[in-house]
Order: sequence, then C-alpha cells, then structure tokens
Amino acid sequence: MAAAKQSTTRAKTSAARASGSRGAATSTSRKTRSKSTKPAVAEFTKDQELKAFRDMLLIRRFEEKAGQLYGMGLIGGFCHLYIGQEAVVIGMQMAIDEGDQVITGYRDHGHMLACGMDPKGVMAELTGRIGGYSRGKGGSMHMFSKEKNFYGGHGIVAGQVSLGTGLAFSNHYRKNDRVTLTYFGDGAANQGQVYESLNMAELWKLPCIYIIENNRYAMGTSVARSSSQPDFYRRGESFGVPGKQVDGMDVRSVKALGDEAVTWCRAGKGPMILEMLTYRYRGHSMSDPAKYRSKEEVQKMRDEQDPIEQVRKRLLEKDWAKEDELKEIDKEVRSIVAESAEFAQANPEPDASELWTDIYR
Amino acid sequence: MPIDILMPALSPTMEEGTLSKWLKKEGDAVSSGDVIAEIETDKATMEVESIDEGTIGKIFVAEGTENVKVNARIAVILEDGESADAMSEAGSATASVEKTAEQPEEEQIQASAPVAAQAAEPEAPSDPEVPAGTPMVSTTVREALRDAMAEEMRRDGDVFVMGEEVAEYQGAYKITQGLLQEFGADRVIDTPITEHGFAGLGVGAAMAGLRPIVEFMTFNFAMQAIDHIINSAAKTLYMSGGQMGAPIVFRGPNGAAARVGAQHSQDYAAWYSNVPGLKVVMPYSAADAKGLLKAAIRDPNPIIFLENEILYGQSFDVPDVEDLVLPIGKARIARAGSDVTIVSFGIGMTYALKAAEELSAMGVEAEVVDLRTIRPMDVDTIIKSVKKTGRCVAVEEGFPQSGVGSEIVAQLMEKAFDFLDAPVLRICGKDVPMPYAANLEKLALPNVGEVIDAVKAVTYTD
Repeated sequence: MAAAKQSTTRAKTSAARASGSRGAATSTSRKTRSKSTKPAVAEFTKDQELKAFRDMLLIRRFEEKAGQLYGMGLIGGFCHLYIGQEAVVIGMQMAIDEGDQVITGYRDHGHMLACGMDPKGVMAELTGRIGGYSRGKGGSMHMFSKEKNFYGGHGIVAGQVSLGTGLAFSNHYRKNDRVTLTYFGDGAANQGQVYESLNMAELWKLPCIYIIENNRYAMGTSVARSSSQPDFYRRGESFGVPGKQVDGMDVRSVKALGDEAVTWCRAGKGPMILEMLTYRYRGHSMSDPAKYRSKEEVQKMRDEQDPIEQVRKRLLEKDWAKEDELKEIDKEVRSIVAESAEFAQANPEPDASELWTDIYR
Repeated sequence: MPIDILMPALSPTMEEGTLSKWLKKEGDAVSSGDVIAEIETDKATMEVESIDEGTIGKIFVAEGTENVKVNARIAVILEDGESADAMSEAGSATASVEKTAEQPEEEQIQASAPVAAQAAEPEAPSDPEVPAGTPMVSTTVREALRDAMAEEMRRDGDVFVMGEEVAEYQGAYKITQGLLQEFGADRVIDTPITEHGFAGLGVGAAMAGLRPIVEFMTFNFAMQAIDHIINSAAKTLYMSGGQMGAPIVFRGPNGAAARVGAQHSQDYAAWYSNVPGLKVVMPYSAADAKGLLKAAIRDPNPIIFLENEILYGQSFDVPDVEDLVLPIGKARIARAGSDVTIVSFGIGMTYALKAAEELSAMGVEAEVVDLRTIRPMDVDTIIKSVKKTGRCVAVEEGFPQSGVGSEIVAQLMEKAFDFLDAPVLRICGKDVPMPYAANLEKLALPNVGEVIDAVKAVTYTD
C-alpha cells in the first residue's frame, strides 16, 4: 500500500511540472530571492543548547521506542520514524511563539512532541488506545491537538500543504500576526497542489512558512531520480516566493533561518520556503528495508552529522555540561518515554461505541 | 442582398432577452466585427457584432425593449447601392444567428435544459418549519442562494465565499451577484483556477475555525478537489477523535446543464452520499435552496450543496420570514397521494411533479417525496409514504449503478419489504457518458414518460 501511494506521487511529477510552467507565464520580472546560503551560524546560549539537546533526545528516544513497540506488534499499520531529522522541528519550534500553527504529513511524531504534545497521548494513539490523541481512531499519521495548535498528521502526500495554506489564510483573514509552519518532504514537493498553494500564498501574502524536509528519499526514490529541479528552495521562484536552503542537521542553523522566516511572515511579506537538508536514518516506514541506499551512507551521516551529537559535542567542549549531566538528561527522557510506552500498553482500546462517534458534530 | 441581424442567444437555450442598447444608428456604416448593440439576460450582458460590412438600413427593435425573442430580426445591413425599401419584409428565419464575439466557458455551459420537463407549477412549500399563512415572495433559485449567503455573511463575520469568478465577475452563474460590493474583497475572494489547491485552502481555514463557502464553477471541476473534500474535510473529525472538524460548504451547480458533453454533465449526488462525515444537500425549490443553504453554512460539518444550473432561473414562492433556516436531513412531501410514492430530489423533482400531474389526470394519485438531503437520508419519510402507497419509483438524473435510487431500493427492501406490493423501480440517467448531440442527450436523461411508465408498471395499470 505504501508503495502504491508513492508511485502515484511519482506519476504526478510531470503534472506538477506542467502546473509550474503555467504559473511561470504570470511571473513578474522580480529578481529571484531564492538563496542557498551557509550563513554564519548563530551560536546558541547554554540554555538553548540544553533545551535543543533534551527536546531532540526526547524525539530520538520516543521514536526508538515506537520502533520497538512496532516490532512487538503493539503498533499497527504504517509507522514512519523521524530519527535523524530532529533538528528540523526543534530548531523551527524554537523560532515560533505560542499560538503559531504547525501542520505536517505522515512522519509526524517528532512534530507533535516538538509542539509540546504529551508523549503518552501520542504513544497511546500509536497503539490504538482510548487515551490516544485521536481516541485511537487516527493512528500514527492522523493526530491533532487544537490546544497545542498542531493541525495534523495528514496521510495524503502534500495534502497538508494546501491545508497549511488555509491555516495561514485564517490568520490573514483575522488580521492577527500568527504564522503557520507547513512541513512536507522532498517527495511531496513534486505534487501539483504545492504549486497551487504557493501561487495563492504569494498572491494573497499569506503568512505561511513552507518547510521542505529534504531527507533525500521519497520513500525509496532518491531526489535525483524524482526531481528535475533538485534545489527545492527554488521551487517557489515562478511565483515569487523566496526560498532558502539550510543544513537541517544543525539545529542552530535551522533556528536562525526560522527566525528570519518568521520575521518575514509576521511583517506581512507573504510566504517563504525553507529547504532543510536532512536525513532519515530509518526506512521510509517500518516495513522498508532501505535497499535503495548503502549502509555506509547512513553510517556516515550518523557519524558525522548527527544533530544530537553535534549539540552534545558543543555542550561538552564549552563545558556547559558534564558527561554525567547529559546522561542524567538522557535518563530523564528515557523515563518519560518508558512511561508513555507503559501507558500506551495499559490503556484500554476504545469502547465499541466509539465506532459510531465523531462522524458528525 | 440585405443581411438580417437577428437577436442572438447567449446560451443554447436562451429564448428571449432585452435589447439594452444600440451602438449604431440607421445610416451608420459598419464593418465586420463592429459592435452594434448590447443585449442582456438576467445572467449576462453580451455585445452584438456585425457579421458583414455595409450600412445599417433599418432598426426594427428599439433599445430598451424587453423579451425580444431569439432569432427575431432586430436590424438589417445594406450593401452598397441597396435601399432599405428594397429589402424583403419577411426576414429570413433561417438566417444564421449572430455569434457574439467571445463566449467565456461559463457562458457556454450555462443553459436551460431543452429536455428537462418544465417544472410543474411550483407549489408553496408545505414545510412544517414554515407556519401556514406565511406571506410568500416569488424568488428565483439564483436569488435565493445569493440571499442565503448574504444573510449568513451579515450574521457571522467568519463566513466568507471563495471560488472562481465569485467576486469581480459576480459569479460565473451570477449566484454571488452583489456580494463583493456588500462584503468586500476580504470576504468574497476570486481564486485562481486551481480547484485542488483552493479546496484544500478552504478546508485548512475551516480547521482553524472559519466558515468558508467554496464555490465550484461546477461540481465536475470538483473532481480535482475531491481528495480534500473526502480525505481532509470528511474524515478529520473522526480521525481527530472529535477534536477538529471542518465547518465548510462546498457548493455549485451539479449534473447536466444542456449540450455541454460528458465532462460537464455529471450528477455527483451518489458519489458524495457514499461518504460518512459529509452531508449532502440537493434542493429543488428556491425556498429549500435558501433555507437549506443557510442551515448548511451554520452546520459544523462539511456540506456538499448540489445546485442545478437549469433550476437557477426558475422562480418559486419563498416564505417571507426574517430567518428561513430549514432542517438538513428532512424530506418534504411535495405532493400528497395514495397510489404510489415517487421519490426524487433536485432537478429530478421536475420529472416527478410533472409525471404526478399527468398521472392524476389518468386517475393515479402519486405522492411525491422531495428528499432535499441525500445524506443523511430521511428514510423514515420514504417508508411512511410507502406504507401508505405500497409502491415506489425513485427518480434521479445520475447514473443507475450504485445511485441514490439504488440506495432507496435497498433501504425499502431492508425496512419496508412487507409493505411493498411491487418491486421498486428506478428511473435514472442512462448508463452512458453524456452525449453532446441534442437527440442523444435527450435520450440519455430521464423523462416524464419514463416516470409515468414506471408508475404504471408498479401499479399494474396500463
């Protein structure tokens, strides 16, 4: 099933291209603002480093546990892990304020934790229990928290891009200064509705930050094999949407670029595209043996660019934390995750009557 | 040879219009392509161009004249040396009709049906929601829909309308006429022609708590957006465990117009009615159009509101009340009878009511149930009627397989089998893509004769 979905995505690539060229016909002479930059990295304070370390670690440990529970048959269906990409959501989350909105696709556990959603509720949803965020009726790909301004969790590749544009529209309509973070992957970036959305967002100057998490593979298809223009930050050029590319493995770079984009959006200047160069260590989903890339490639990324290791190294080098203090953080995070896993197994399945609720209001 | 200028049609089935203005006068020289007059209907204004060069010899219809029949001679062009006296008195009725310069697509697809039966004299809606004695105002479905949106937009600042040509153009079918002027461009929003994108944008705005009305120029184009309608709008409340829904109305003309071919003629009632999480409303009368659209806008669920282009121009009595809100999910007995139940909805009601009228003359009294809402379907009202009549015919323009009629048949089999005295029959559009040729299109749609024959079959009468 996952394979079938992905091949549909690829088949639509040419349509997206056609749609893009139609947009080009109306492009203005405005000079392109898209940039691939390696900006001077804004150094974090000690507190920021420690927060980034802990928050990324929570995602890492949570996802490891989810993988484990999946292997035990406690989590069903699809389960897409975020391991390797933690710096993207944590860096962006550090750039926004309470009340700003977040929406993403199906690889969404990290985004939920970053938004401050309770790991117990997320894990219990993964196991299909009543205490899950969707009362066990959504699963891994479909979770929401109105309270935390997290708008899902969407299983259709790129569906969240139009929806996120609509969230941004609501802020524009209400004339508030909220921004919307709309996350999607390099695979979704080829879908037609992305370009329909970019067009409207720029046309109406909607405060939407499009974050393309380029983890190099749309399921099993590498960017080189799926994308005629692999510089995703340039994908808004036809519409005049500025785009920037950043090292998505470095949480400081992500945060710095996030700050810039948030300022841009809050100033009413319209949308911006941020391409995050990142990497997922695990397969596309739990059932993916990842034969399309070498073990060495994965190992190299882990060894050299791991987002959490980078922070750990800096903390130790600057003597902002001792090894055992970091271990203590890890221990605390592991206990939160263990608690969520226990809850997710002990919590009951939804009552049979739940089958018939929440269809209509 | 003098050349007759005839009253042109703005659409294939326009019958008459107003000659609003002459831009040339008798004696003026004209070249091919010159605009010589303006004509208008309630939907649109068009320029009349000269089809040849010469001199305007005589103008037969003064400007400002209303109800000028299509193909009536409105002027004559003389070639060099010809005199107005020389021209024949009887203008050729077969002369080709002026073609207007440009027909935007929506003009081409707007038409009244040559094949749809004329609606039976619309009865005042005997709706339990409307007290007897309520004063009535004759209103077109078009005006009723517009009034419903305007009233709800006045009532709630979160309601806005978006779609192709809804603002500056005043609506491809003029349903949003005047809304831009009253509510401004922030709330009446022209979109690019990107149904998938703007439907998704609308759903996202609804998730954030706004109340979008998304107009599709026709529901045929909503096929591009159906992913967001179903996967994003219909399923989110359930998938979020009740946390987040999409209070949104998707509306626009649905089903066959006239002579617009297979890609512009499909009835999607059955498609959307298949999906839990959606409500599907398909009104026939102007009162229902108004009362149900207002209810749809207030409803916290995603609503598919299926209109019909052919009904837009038809007038019905609409209760003159402050705030006409009708219940979604309630059918209405449009005509009482005891011999057979005819269930229909939307434009299907035109066939049902006309057939009932003709059947009455034959001594068969049909009870006509107007479903008004396809999902949730008011099965109780159908069953109650069938318990009385013992017979049922379902009428719709949609395709037969897995159609709304099929659902009615299944519901009656399951819940009213013992009350049936004959098999339930369906009258549907034929199981073919809609053809373009006038004769074939007529054959592809249901007709009154088919409904009458079906009633005869279930009542075992000749």
